[in-house]
Amino acid sequence: MENLHILFQAPILSLQLLIDGLLIGAIFALVAYGMALVWGVMNIINIAQGEFVMLGGYVAYFLSVAGIHPIWGIPAAAVLMFVLGWAIYRTIIFRIVDRDLFTSILATFGLGILLQQLANELFGADVHTAHSGLKTWFLFDGMVTVAQIKVLAFAIALVIGGLLLWFLKRARLGQAIRATSQNARAARIMGVDTDRVYAMTFGLNAALCGAAGALVAMIWIIQPYLGLPFTARSFMIVVVAGVGNIGAVFVAGVALGVAEEFAGFLLGAQFQTAFVFALLVVILVWRRIWLSRKRRYLS
Amino acid sequence: MSPRVRTVSYLVFLALALAAPYLVPAIRTQMSFLWIMIIFALTWDILGGQMGYNSFGNVLFFGVGMYTCALVQHHAGLGYYPGLFVGMAAGAAMAVAFAAVLGWGILGLRGHYFAIGTLGLGIAAAEFAGGWDYLGAGSGMVTPLYPGVVGARETFFYYLSFAVAVATFITLRRIYRGRFRLAINAIRDDEDKAEAMGLHTTLYKTVAWGISAFFLGLIGPVAGNLIGFIDPRDVAFASSSYGVWMLLMAILGGKGTLWGPVIGAVVFHITQELFWTYLLGWQRVALGLLIMLIVVFFPMGIMGWVRERWPERFGQRVDEGTK
Amino acid sequence: MTPILQVEHLHKAFGGVIANRDVSLRVPEGKIVGLIGPNGSGKTTLFNSIVGLYPIDDGSVRFQGREISRLRVPKIARLGLLRTFQQTRIYGGMDCMQNMEISTAHARPTLRGMFGDVPAAVSERAEELLQFVGLYAKRHLRAGDLSFGQQKLLEFAMALMNEPKLLLLDEPTAGINPTLIKGLVDRLRRANEEMGISLLIIEHNMGVIMDLAEYLYCLAHGELLAEGKPEAIRDDQRVIDAYLGAH
Repeated sequence: MENLHILFQAPILSLQLLIDGLLIGAIFALVAYGMALVWGVMNIINIAQGEFVMLGGYVAYFLSVAGIHPIWGIPAAAVLMFVLGWAIYRTIIFRIVDRDLFTSILATFGLGILLQQLANELFGADVHTAHSGLKTWFLFDGMVTVAQIKVLAFAIALVIGGLLLWFLKRARLGQAIRATSQNARAARIMGVDTDRVYAMTFGLNAALCGAAGALVAMIWIIQPYLGLPFTARSFMIVVVAGVGNIGAVFVAGVALGVAEEFAGFLLGAQFQTAFVFALLVVILVWRRIWLSRKRRYLS
Repeated sequence: MSPRVRTVSYLVFLALALAAPYLVPAIRTQMSFLWIMIIFALTWDILGGQMGYNSFGNVLFFGVGMYTCALVQHHAGLGYYPGLFVGMAAGAAMAVAFAAVLGWGILGLRGHYFAIGTLGLGIAAAEFAGGWDYLGAGSGMVTPLYPGVVGARETFFYYLSFAVAVATFITLRRIYRGRFRLAINAIRDDEDKAEAMGLHTTLYKTVAWGISAFFLGLIGPVAGNLIGFIDPRDVAFASSSYGVWMLLMAILGGKGTLWGPVIGAVVFHITQELFWTYLLGWQRVALGLLIMLIVVFFPMGIMGWVRERWPERFGQRVDEGTK
Repeated sequence: MTPILQVEHLHKAFGGVIANRDVSLRVPEGKIVGLIGPNGSGKTTLFNSIVGLYPIDDGSVRFQGREISRLRVPKIARLGLLRTFQQTRIYGGMDCMQNMEISTAHARPTLRGMFGDVPAAVSERAEELLQFVGLYAKRHLRAGDLSFGQQKLLEFAMALMNEPKLLLLDEPTAGINPTLIKGLVDRLRRANEEMGISLLIIEHNMGVIMDLAEYLYCLAHGELLAEGKPEAIRDDQRVIDAYLGAH
């Protein structure tokens, strides 16, 4: 915590951390919303969420290595991950849709390990970035740096979020998804092919993660093990913001991004991941105490 | 199984286990790990199988025990054996202390929140240990050199891990015979009902958590000294390996039974050794696949399957007559 | 004599929906009292509030003269106030004997109490009570494999095992084969007379509750509509209207 006094001496640094946190937080929110979607529609908590992000990131990275600008990685990752997600649903996930939540956690955890290790074996454990070649803005006499790619990523995340909202409200499939999440049996009776809805939802979630992953590869780094922290972040955001409200998810995502930036600065970069998971535990415990005061339980 | 047959089989098994280091010295370390795996599975099962609290973070106690013992061994200025045994005791005590403190917050979580919360705990511990210089940060710590002729080390730790495994098994067997098991099973089947009937659920949950922590805190030091070094992410708090294996072995063997976790541990350990020999780096990929397959297709585990096939052998029957 | 249960001006709302408004009732010690009313009138909510599952917004709940509205469920259960559930809750993974053995009254357990074997006296009593409800032959079967009616009987036996002073029963005859209802009513009466357990019963089966209860309370729309002896309530026009839906 030795860095704390630096923050007071140079408050401009807080602004830097705030901006960085805000820009990355939008991506966290995007991934969280995908997790909330799958949870709400199919009652499955997808522990492999972070691995989907990771794979999307690799798509963008390999594109950049092949000479294509990683910006194209966003739609490419989205499409590829959609197909993968849909395939995973058709082979594995459809079998656990009716089971209890713990089964879904364990099964998707296994999936996560599978994907993580696959990536490790195939791509190696090295850390990579997909270089976007964009510049940096220097504000306030160079005290605050804002990478243009981060702002672009933020904007793209907002656009994707907006598209998703429009899709859920207006598109036929989107409405089917919403109907199924509210009452699967009623939806089925009304003629909705719930199995297809589930497959599409899972694929859609994977696509979201893939796009987010491409953004992450550009503004941060990717490596095979970045999955679990992302899953932890998504889960935290969903627990705090609730499953339905995208506005709350956005705010929570951004808040988490900012908290992480400050924690990384104050505690040291080597503790940033520790902070993420410790925060997860703290949030869960705090929320349970809060609910228990009102005599309700997190179950 | 009649009591006599049972006693004889236990004795035969005991004899084989004690003679093993001399019968098959080449795999002493692997066999030591078999005992460690059995402890992993048994301690997980108290919480997950018997009580319904599926923990992903039991490995926390394993690592705490391991680090505590190493610290005692390095700083207490005792000889090797006193240092090791005091360290083991300290490890177990520290693990129980962690359980008591963390349990207050964590045991109030239910179902999937508990599972994910403990997952967070396990990984947070790994990350904290990995950044803390006192514990050697990312490089971890090295345990003291074993004083003895070459080859004696593996034998010593074989017997030590076997002893702890036997102690764990016997303890659990004893407490599962009585009211404790009924109480934690009731919590598993319907915790709200148990509360509504006046059961001291918090007390039982904390005790179960503490028992789990104790034996993990006891075997952690043994594992650490057996391996020779303590790495925060891969050895002490290996959530993605040990942490998941604990779950997997108990489920594979049949959770909620005494022998299920033991059988699961044996099957898993052997499978894992084969994977390692033949698949090398791909064994982790195979592990992920195995988890999914077991959870999706074989969630009742071996003992569960047996119990469903032959329920009468487990005492489920309709009696005639009245009292 | 103080009533064993005294509910005064209980008020409970969920957000904007008022589930119980100004409800007062009394259960004299050793008596059987009935709680009736159309579906959705707030009967189960009232039970939940009494046993401590919900915090009440206003009013008081006194058990044996002691204020319990601030206490939690396990504490209230240990004081001797138990309830059964409408959907019947038992421990499905254990057999009937085990269900019974874990249902004894719980003083703070000692080391022996926690880890010791189940005392023979407890197993004896468990068998007696299972015999009392007619489940003796099935005592080694997995509780989850019993039929709904049998589970209801098991839940009742488990409640008796706990030696409560007051038992709140939520629709004890719902889902039971009509030919078996008389047997259940008999047992309820015997539990009250022989074991001295006071009963507060939610019932929809008018024949049963008119026969069993010595006093009735009728709820409608969360409020107390009428109270009195069964004969009076049976002929009360307001009660009849509430059930037939005429507002």
